[in-house]
Amino acid sequence: MPEEKEKEQPGRKAQEQREQKKETAVEGAVPPQGREMDPDVLAVEEKRLAEINSKWMEGSGPEGEIVISSRVRLARNIKGLPFPPLASDEQRKKVLAVAERVLAEQKDCFAGMEMIKLNEVTPIYRQVLLEKHLISPLQARENLVSGLILRADEVISIMVNEEDHFRIQCLLPGLQLDRAWEEASCYDDYLEKGIDYAFDEELGYLTACPTNVGTGLRASVMLYLPALVLTGQINHILAAIGQVGLVVRGIYGEGTEMVGGLCQVSNQITLGQSEEEIWHNLYSVTRQLINQERKGRQQLLNEQRDKLADRAGRAYGILKYARLLGSQEAMQLISDVRLGVDLGLLHDVPVSTLNRLLVLTRPGCLQYLKGRPLNPYERDLERAARIKQFLP
Amino acid sequence: MLCQKCGQKTASVHLTRIINGNKSETYICEDCARENGELDFPLEGKFPLYQFFSSMMGLNVPGGDAVAPVPATDPGLQCPACGLTYPQFGQIGRFGCDRCYEAFGSHVLPLFRRLHGNQKHLGKIPARAGVNIKARKKIEQLKLELQQKVMAEAFEEAAELRDKIRDLEQKLTAGGEPDA
Repeated sequence: MPEEKEKEQPGRKAQEQREQKKETAVEGAVPPQGREMDPDVLAVEEKRLAEINSKWMEGSGPEGEIVISSRVRLARNIKGLPFPPLASDEQRKKVLAVAERVLAEQKDCFAGMEMIKLNEVTPIYRQVLLEKHLISPLQARENLVSGLILRADEVISIMVNEEDHFRIQCLLPGLQLDRAWEEASCYDDYLEKGIDYAFDEELGYLTACPTNVGTGLRASVMLYLPALVLTGQINHILAAIGQVGLVVRGIYGEGTEMVGGLCQVSNQITLGQSEEEIWHNLYSVTRQLINQERKGRQQLLNEQRDKLADRAGRAYGILKYARLLGSQEAMQLISDVRLGVDLGLLHDVPVSTLNRLLVLTRPGCLQYLKGRPLNPYERDLERAARIKQFLP
Repeated sequence: MLCQKCGQKTASVHLTRIINGNKSETYICEDCARENGELDFPLEGKFPLYQFFSSMMGLNVPGGDAVAPVPATDPGLQCPACGLTYPQFGQIGRFGCDRCYEAFGSHVLPLFRRLHGNQKHLGKIPARAGVNIKARKKIEQLKLELQQKVMAEAFEEAAELRDKIRDLEQKLTAGGEPDA
């Protein structure tokens, strides 16, 4: 009996939330359509919400309050086939066929993994995959003959026909570069069982871009460094990072800006160092950043406790009651709330919810959940509604 | 100022278009600009990189800052497999296929040194291709021995070596190219 009750409740809650959203939408003068509480619609939404979840959003990994996720990516190419940027559609299809053959031949290794053909899914769905860091902006934007091989937990993904024939990626929550490298390397071995890699004794793995040649390895960590931003230390720290062969970017890759203390640090050099050296270098720098960030947080807590609590509380208030939220604004506010939660100044907001919201409030995910394209204004409405729905 | 398109947000993008001498100006917000593809510059992000390569390689970039041309590079260089020329490589900053590495050979080594501070791979070796690398090294070594034996007129031993080499070479071609 109590079980049944529990089952019912989330549904009712969702219904209430949808009612509230209806209100919002009407006020925002968006034509109301399909607003009736259809259980099918609800089921689709639940399914889509579940699809948006990834392992790395759990926020449970080591050093999870500062390191959101760790990623290792290996670039690999097939010997004797032109690299994707110069390949014809026929040649690209050949690469997909090779991938399918290997998946079929090495059933045990690739158990439960399937290939999504990216030219067969909607642009909105591609955008979702991009926002989950599973495909590249290029693959999301263009309708290319390319694919994504995905393990059910989404920890392992293999991009097919991105800039290189294969990009094996392992994405884990928290600081786990060692495991990320081991897992990625393991799938690299699986793939090699059925593929002759383009490999040169002197230069290592040959890649389309000269910046990836050698190990083909890009290790990166997604970091949350609000205290370093608030105390103004971030700039000279980032400058120092550049001098040890690492690069800092916004969380959505090249050309994106650092918002709300969220950034991505990765290695630049891929040739002349072993894989272990490369990720270990990133690991040590990340450790130092964690220490600095901790000191910064302690300092803030000692000197500006009330100010911080006020900041987090205000951010929470806006997130909870705003009707229109832009994506950058939302990111910044989520970041402010998170700092309050991490410092024990704000309670009852799980970190996993905040991680999820970071992805959920991106344009692609909003549109995917809604099941149709939304213009920027509609997205701002929808974003606010979603945050209201998920924030406790 | 509000966006001239949606009228909702602050305009942060100023577009100036000059078409056949007619100048038009528009002020729109970032979202509308993105929506219309106004912010999608095809070379965005890539441009500085390939310009960077080209200047490293001593090639002139059209529209880029004038870089003193270095005559050492041979514009006639072309990859026999995919047809990419060396100047094209400079423009797109990407190799066309694995054979390009061989075709551009010594010309790109300085580029690797400047990008990575190094030109020798010290990491992982693929298991199967690695076997071949080892086998090839063995064959080279045996061939050298074979020559010495022939010179020394030790024909019996030479014949043994010849068989060994043939054996290894057969294994190499049989196991090496399942895709071919």
